[in-house]
Amino acid sequence: MTTWWKSGSPWVWLNAGAVSISIIMVFGLLLLILVRGFGNFWPHQIVETTYENPVTGEQVEVIGERRRSETLTGQALREAGIPIPDDQVLVTRHLFKLGNRDLTGQDFAYFIDDFMGEWRYPRDITVLERREWGDFLGTPVRLIEDGQVVAEGEALWPEFQKRLARSNRLFDEIRQIEREEIGNINFRLERVRLDQRRAELRGTLTPELEQEFVSRRAALNEEYAVLQERLRNLSAENRRDAIVMRAPNGEEPTIRLEQIVKAWQPNNMSIPAKVAFYIDDFIGFIVGYPREANTEGGIFPAIFGTVVMVLVMSILVTPFGVLAAIYLREYAKQGALLKTIRISVYNLAGVPSIVFGVFGLGFFIYLTGGAIDRTFYPEALPAPTFGTPGLFWASLTLALLTLPVVIVSTEEGLARIPASLREGSLALGATKGETLWQVVVPLATPAMMTGLILAIARAAGEVAPLMLVGVVKLAPTLPIDGNFPFLHLERKIMHLGFHIYDVGFQSPNAEAAEQLVYATALILVLLIVVLNLTAITVRNHLREKYRAEGD
Amino acid sequence: MTASTEQTLEFGSSLLPSRERREKLRKVRRFRDGFSRYGVGTAGIGVIIALALIFVYLFYEAYPLLKPAAIQVAKEITILADEDSSDTVHLTLDRFETIGGRFSSSGIITFFDVETGKILARENVPVPEGETVTAFGRSESRKSLFVYGFSDGSVLPLKIDYRQTFPQGVRVITPTLEFPLGDEPIRVGGGITGNYSALTIVDGRGGYIVAAGTDSGDIAMAMFRARRNMLTGSVELSREDYDLPSIQRPVTQLFVNESLRNLFAIDEEGALFNIDIVDPKNPRILERVDLVPEGVSATAAAFLVGSRSLIVGGSDGSLSQWILVRNEDTGEANLTRIRGFRQQSGAITFIEPEYSRKGFLAGDDTGRVSLHYATSSVTLKQLEATAEPVVRIAISPINRLALVKAENADHLQVLTIDNPHPQTSLSALWGKVWYEGRGQPEFIWQSSSADDAFESKFSLTPLTIGTLKAALFAMLLATPLAIMGAIYTAYFMAKPMRRIVKPSIELMEALPTVILGFLAGIWLAPYIENHLPIIFVGALLIPFGMLVAGFSWSRLPSGFRGIIPPGWEAALLVPVVIVLGWITVESSPWIELAFFDGSMRQWFTNVGIPYDQRNALIVGLAMGFAVIPTIFSIAEDAVFNVPRHLTQGSLALGATSWQTVVGVVLPTASPGIFSAVMIGFGRAVGETMIVLMASGNSPIVNFNLFEGMRTLAANIAVELPETAVGSTHFRVLFLSALVLLLFTFVLNTVAEVVRQRLRKRYASI
Repeated sequence: MTTWWKSGSPWVWLNAGAVSISIIMVFGLLLLILVRGFGNFWPHQIVETTYENPVTGEQVEVIGERRRSETLTGQALREAGIPIPDDQVLVTRHLFKLGNRDLTGQDFAYFIDDFMGEWRYPRDITVLERREWGDFLGTPVRLIEDGQVVAEGEALWPEFQKRLARSNRLFDEIRQIEREEIGNINFRLERVRLDQRRAELRGTLTPELEQEFVSRRAALNEEYAVLQERLRNLSAENRRDAIVMRAPNGEEPTIRLEQIVKAWQPNNMSIPAKVAFYIDDFIGFIVGYPREANTEGGIFPAIFGTVVMVLVMSILVTPFGVLAAIYLREYAKQGALLKTIRISVYNLAGVPSIVFGVFGLGFFIYLTGGAIDRTFYPEALPAPTFGTPGLFWASLTLALLTLPVVIVSTEEGLARIPASLREGSLALGATKGETLWQVVVPLATPAMMTGLILAIARAAGEVAPLMLVGVVKLAPTLPIDGNFPFLHLERKIMHLGFHIYDVGFQSPNAEAAEQLVYATALILVLLIVVLNLTAITVRNHLREKYRAEGD
Repeated sequence: MTASTEQTLEFGSSLLPSRERREKLRKVRRFRDGFSRYGVGTAGIGVIIALALIFVYLFYEAYPLLKPAAIQVAKEITILADEDSSDTVHLTLDRFETIGGRFSSSGIITFFDVETGKILARENVPVPEGETVTAFGRSESRKSLFVYGFSDGSVLPLKIDYRQTFPQGVRVITPTLEFPLGDEPIRVGGGITGNYSALTIVDGRGGYIVAAGTDSGDIAMAMFRARRNMLTGSVELSREDYDLPSIQRPVTQLFVNESLRNLFAIDEEGALFNIDIVDPKNPRILERVDLVPEGVSATAAAFLVGSRSLIVGGSDGSLSQWILVRNEDTGEANLTRIRGFRQQSGAITFIEPEYSRKGFLAGDDTGRVSLHYATSSVTLKQLEATAEPVVRIAISPINRLALVKAENADHLQVLTIDNPHPQTSLSALWGKVWYEGRGQPEFIWQSSSADDAFESKFSLTPLTIGTLKAALFAMLLATPLAIMGAIYTAYFMAKPMRRIVKPSIELMEALPTVILGFLAGIWLAPYIENHLPIIFVGALLIPFGMLVAGFSWSRLPSGFRGIIPPGWEAALLVPVVIVLGWITVESSPWIELAFFDGSMRQWFTNVGIPYDQRNALIVGLAMGFAVIPTIFSIAEDAVFNVPRHLTQGSLALGATSWQTVVGVVLPTASPGIFSAVMIGFGRAVGETMIVLMASGNSPIVNFNLFEGMRTLAANIAVELPETAVGSTHFRVLFLSALVLLLFTFVLNTVAEVVRQRLRKRYASI
């Protein structure tokens, strides 16, 4: 023992333990995100049971999905006012998702195991995902068309599925009209208004021109009226079907099919059916739009916003970072001043990102954006165009933030090019510029890519500065659409990281949103991994290519 | 291609292009080379300038906070064609700084153009037939209420309103006289006699009070309550009159605060009587306070905006601020002196508070006017405005222009004031400040409130302490884990394992902090709250268990041990740590039962340690996690790059490998490890999302592990989007960004220089 102690082995073991703990933390965390994130879409079994309220002694029916269980000390619960017998030391309680928020006002509830009856899994329990008020859990009673009963009992479910598909088709059509076509008309109407205002400001508004604006506006309004009429017809058609459901408390509400996103009977599903449902749900999450203050639905705008922002940032940061690095390494006079500049640039990589956000808000948005608005968009004032947070400023701020990363990496790459190559090129009579652009820079491309990878990885996960310079909780439009000029740099965007912050911490129904946030976190991690992997593949490809050339 | 082939054929002897072509080519190449040189140069320098701009711009936004205030006499104006030669009792200025108003003792109010002195309007106060004006009183400036006292003992309250109209699109302001409490003079109180020597009016919570004091010490007041008729919408006023206790000596000044709870009467000698009027039927004198030392009299006094603090000027030129401070023992609020200002050279003759913040102008009898600010307790500027004693001062509602009337002068001095950010002196930003309504000087960050008369509290100390607290707890977790891990990975670990471990730990760095923050806030915080013993048991059990595992391993038969070569201890320990962790989690409720009456969180609260769900412990764990890869990566490089011949020499001399680590590796690599810690610390200081999501964000000043904090970075993220551009708050946030920038920049520079030296040293060994 003493010799073992004296040899210093305990310290070695402790150091080894530090590594083990770090590794467990990394993989544990990834596992947690994976399990919780992917688990979100699985159609879990629904429990039906009875619960005797420990305080009032009241007996209630419960239908719900068990979310998690935990073991607490009896004392802790006694202090919370629940009459646990004094001799019981440990208590297990389960968190159930109950749904039916509109009926009971309670989406989630804790149930203490000891007061629960037997858990049953009836096959006909149905979950309805609704467009408002969250999920409904209950059993279907009858299907209604314009007040007439169409199906009951065994025949109900297949008929319901058919009618739900029809209703969803109608809904998609309605949404298509609302989002795309009416959005397009609004965009053009706004453009007419701006054109007119511009002409007014410039003093070129002739009566003929004014007449033209009036007719343009009238034409658009006419188009709008036609769409409006179509919308009215579609919604009237969509109000046809409804289903009567029985809630666990005995109420039998009627739910219109237009209110239902999808329906499933988890206790009645086979494993393959569940897998199919799972995949469908996952895809729906990726390509869907958020609902109910972002706590339900998909995250497509957030994914789209993140990717577009990172791409615009890459386009901005790469040339400037590379040029700066080339200047520092190849052209600038090496000396004490340059050394100081270099250290300073490197150190900017360690400056808190929020500082860049503050700079972006003050300098880019208020100062530069304000000036741009006054010069180029006077017709839109006082509504700011570029003088407000938006995609371009977010990308530019992130570009500035990641500039040091690209510079450092590129410089390292340039430094690694052997002097013999340069000298060879120069000896053959090439100018410095030719040597640089035809020999040195191509060889350093993999290093530049590495820099870009690091920049992208950092940018995609960065949230703090974006909160100041362009990310919002809900953007009405995507930054790219079919209206000229297609890429709208001034628009506000949604962002996965900010989505996590917003839904997890600012949402009124945090419990309901929790699962969604885990899934979003998972997507963000996956996105970063994918972006990284793509860039790494590109780099390796380039490395191979130039290695062959360099040899 | 074909062209050049033809050429070569033509010349035959040489493959070179023609002379002209070569020259042209040379020109093109020279041009390209120059273009590359200057293009790259411009872009490179441009980028460096852009990065340097961050410093410049942040400083540029924060600089106005440090700029001293300026006040100067812009001009003198004479009110043209003013036949009213009686004394000036009051001066006003409107919001747009174009119209001045002079209230004279003959009951005439003259409005004039501040630029030219031309008379714009003249209003006559309806003085009763045959009587004269004997007294004048006013409310806080922003309410614009005044009261005239007449020689028959009646008083008349009135109000000045500036109406805005836009005929032909041009703004025209018309000052008008209004009588919110009726246009008939009234008698205040039951039956006080003698001349009114002090009058005041206040528009407070629940009604108006007009109070009057006489030179025999009697005080009376009329209380007006406004009731809105629900049906007709008209406002009905009811009036009640009360006689207050006499102070038995001439009243020189009277004040009623906006809460309508206290009436302050000041006598000639500077004694203040604090009369409780909460129940006006039973008024009582709460206390008598000497505002100035013996032999000095209180020559001027005024409420600051919000009427929570009283500024008192003495005949010796002294200025002091008094507020009501609740006495813990008696439960009564006593008027307490909380700070003094720089003494002026002559007796204070008039004090004019600012409209929307806690500053004021004071004039004295040597003609000086000085600008003070209460919160930051600074005298911003002193100015010799005239040679004569100052009689009245008016400041505009936007604090940029002032009028000064000197004794025996028939003109007014117009002062321009440039004083946008008086709240932020060095001591107000970093020191303890005694704010209005508080019992003692404190560090407080409270930037905004709905109240107009709110005193903004910009102390950066709670935020700085919060930042250091968060970083400290994060470093407490990260430093040992990262450094020990780095030593092991670089020095002991087997090569194949290192190839997996190093990138894995560095992978943590790419993990967005928003995810860490979310997990910490949503998952970890509630979990730890219910399973608090895990932290303490884990911190003891896991290291101990690792030692036991190590020892047991050394006792195993050597044949068995040979299966796993040295350098794989970390892999061996993974299952051990998982099992120990599981034990820790499972034992948590039992430990709570055995030692903490079933709930450790409750137990902490009972012993007097407050517990917030989102606290420094959670932040420390999450941010520690985020900082580990940074420290690990740099420290690992430093240890790994220790020249092999050093360690081999040590081992050859018979040292064990651990002795080599302690004696050779660590001393050599310590600068690298030091810089790793510095860079990690820099990252912890600036981290925003984790703190924002896991800390609760309350700006408190303590180092309790179980309470939250608000850091500089999180504060910026929360408040900057909602503040007005160019306001003091905006600039203070820029200042805190600048502080963060400089702090991390210096930290990183030191670390970088240390690392470069180390690299040189390695190269030379």
